[in-house]
Amino acid sequence: MLIKQLSVFVENKKGRLSAITDILRQSEIDIRALSVADTKDFGILRLIVNDVDKAYTALKNGECLVSLTDVIAVQITDRPGGLADAMDILSSAEISVEYMYAFISKSDGLASVILRVDDNQKAQNVLSDKFKLLTQAEISA
Amino acid sequence: MGNYYDKAMECATLNEMESLQSFRLSQTVRRVYENVPFYRDRMIEKGITPDDIKSVADLHKLPFVMKQDLRDTYPYGLFAVPLEDVVRLHASSGTTGKQIVVGYTRNDLEIWNDCAARALVAAGGTKADFMHVSYGYGLFTGGLGVHGGAEKLGMTVIPVSTGNTARQINIIKDFGSTLICCTPSYAMFIAETMRDMGITKDQIKLKAGLFGAEPWTQEMRATLEDMLGLKAYDIYGLTEIIGPGVSFECEEQTGMHICEDHFIPEIIDPDTGEVLPLGEQGELVFTCITKEAFPLLRYRTRDIAVLSRDKCSCGRTLIKMLKPKGRTDDMLIIRGVNVFPSQIETALLSVAGSEPFYHINVDRINNNDTLEIEVEVSEAMFSDTIKSMEDIENTIKAAVESVIGIGAKITMCEPKTLKRFEGKAAHVTDRRKLLD
Ligand SMILES: [Zn+2]
Repeated sequence: MLIKQLSVFVENKKGRLSAITDILRQSEIDIRALSVADTKDFGILRLIVNDVDKAYTALKNGECLVSLTDVIAVQITDRPGGLADAMDILSSAEISVEYMYAFISKSDGLASVILRVDDNQKAQNVLSDKFKLLTQAEISA
Repeated sequence: MGNYYDKAMECATLNEMESLQSFRLSQTVRRVYENVPFYRDRMIEKGITPDDIKSVADLHKLPFVMKQDLRDTYPYGLFAVPLEDVVRLHASSGTTGKQIVVGYTRNDLEIWNDCAARALVAAGGTKADFMHVSYGYGLFTGGLGVHGGAEKLGMTVIPVSTGNTARQINIIKDFGSTLICCTPSYAMFIAETMRDMGITKDQIKLKAGLFGAEPWTQEMRATLEDMLGLKAYDIYGLTEIIGPGVSFECEEQTGMHICEDHFIPEIIDPDTGEVLPLGEQGELVFTCITKEAFPLLRYRTRDIAVLSRDKCSCGRTLIKMLKPKGRTDDMLIIRGVNVFPSQIETALLSVAGSEPFYHINVDRINNNDTLEIEVEVSEAMFSDTIKSMEDIENTIKAAVESVIGIGAKITMCEPKTLKRFEGKAAHVTDRRKLLD
């Protein structure tokens, strides 16, 4: 139950981020989750959207450097320590997390976390016992 | 053993070549002494007369001609025939100063066509080929030079000139171009655009490309050969001497055979003017021995090169020049170290997946020279994690530093944001010049 994340290379120049979000607006793409990682010179914009193919094509046509990355979306139970439990499971399975970011899902208002890990298969196996993993269809809905 | 355009000349013995050169040199010197006051004055200044130049061994006695001399005698001061015998003029762009103008008699054009034809035949060209010329036409010698050689061979010439890259690609595909001629950086741009248009190398018929007018690297050759599915040949020339075809590569691809029956090469120490022995690196100097209208003697090209008489597997005996490493006037002195843009290109290309679009910025901050290299990130280099992007940046940085010996700041840029040049590549912005 992997989902597709769009990763976009962004130069740290005025107006680049807004140019990219403008492309998505023009194509009527809904952004479900987003994070930006940056260094002094460049950043990587990571996006979860309702229509991956359409967004990918729009960004390509807009001359953006974009790639697709497989990530896991985990729904976190609404109680203290919910996220910590998920992290414990991953670390005891010796899976390292490259990065993560959270979002609130539109339909039920529950918090979810996007995880980019070094071993997707293993991470899905160990997490799926205790957590609900969102599908692409659920993200897109 | 390949095909030759003019076997007698291209495969002559050293003895035959030197006696022909000596004869032609002495004739040319006598003619310019009589017809061009500039040469007469310079020779008198040096205390020599045409009688002192009997053979190639006397060549070193002649004074040099510099680019500045061409500007000082602009427009027709160095022409050696009456202007009514001149049938064509070309000029080089005046980006760094006053432009220069050169002329050709009908016979000069024939010589030029022959030189270009030798290059085309050495690249496997025959009359059955479709020659796609993407060099600029006009005052620039590139377009018409190759055009003349191709037409002389009876090829089907497609005179596209530069610009409108998507249209060029459709022409290559629809007209069935088999040979292409342009600058290597424009060839890269064509290859990139072709990929973006979703056209693969299997859909086109290009078998060979002749790329010249700017220095390029072995890595760039490999990239072009792979992306366009052709064999990439270097071709060298300069407006002042004749245009493309002064020297050209054969299938061995280990240097360019010089048409030395027309242009005698020398390598000199650019600082002292001393002639250097065969095999040493220095500034390339040419003497024209057959041209009528504009026969430059000992013209300093400012290109850095090495000459070689090593036996070539193609059978040609024409002396070879190894790819110019750079130009004496392209050379950057950064923190006291000599740096050629082509060295930086080599370093960039050695890093896997890196395409050669880059720009060098040199500046002086607090009396310290700074070197920044902007590199366009390619799809192969891109990844969704900062760590792997920084790894690539550091690999490039290390590769550059190991080649040029000084530190550089690497800046990763979005694709297609650095300016492309369809003529000569201008990869350097030196802001120190504005400060001085
Ligand atoms: Zn050869």
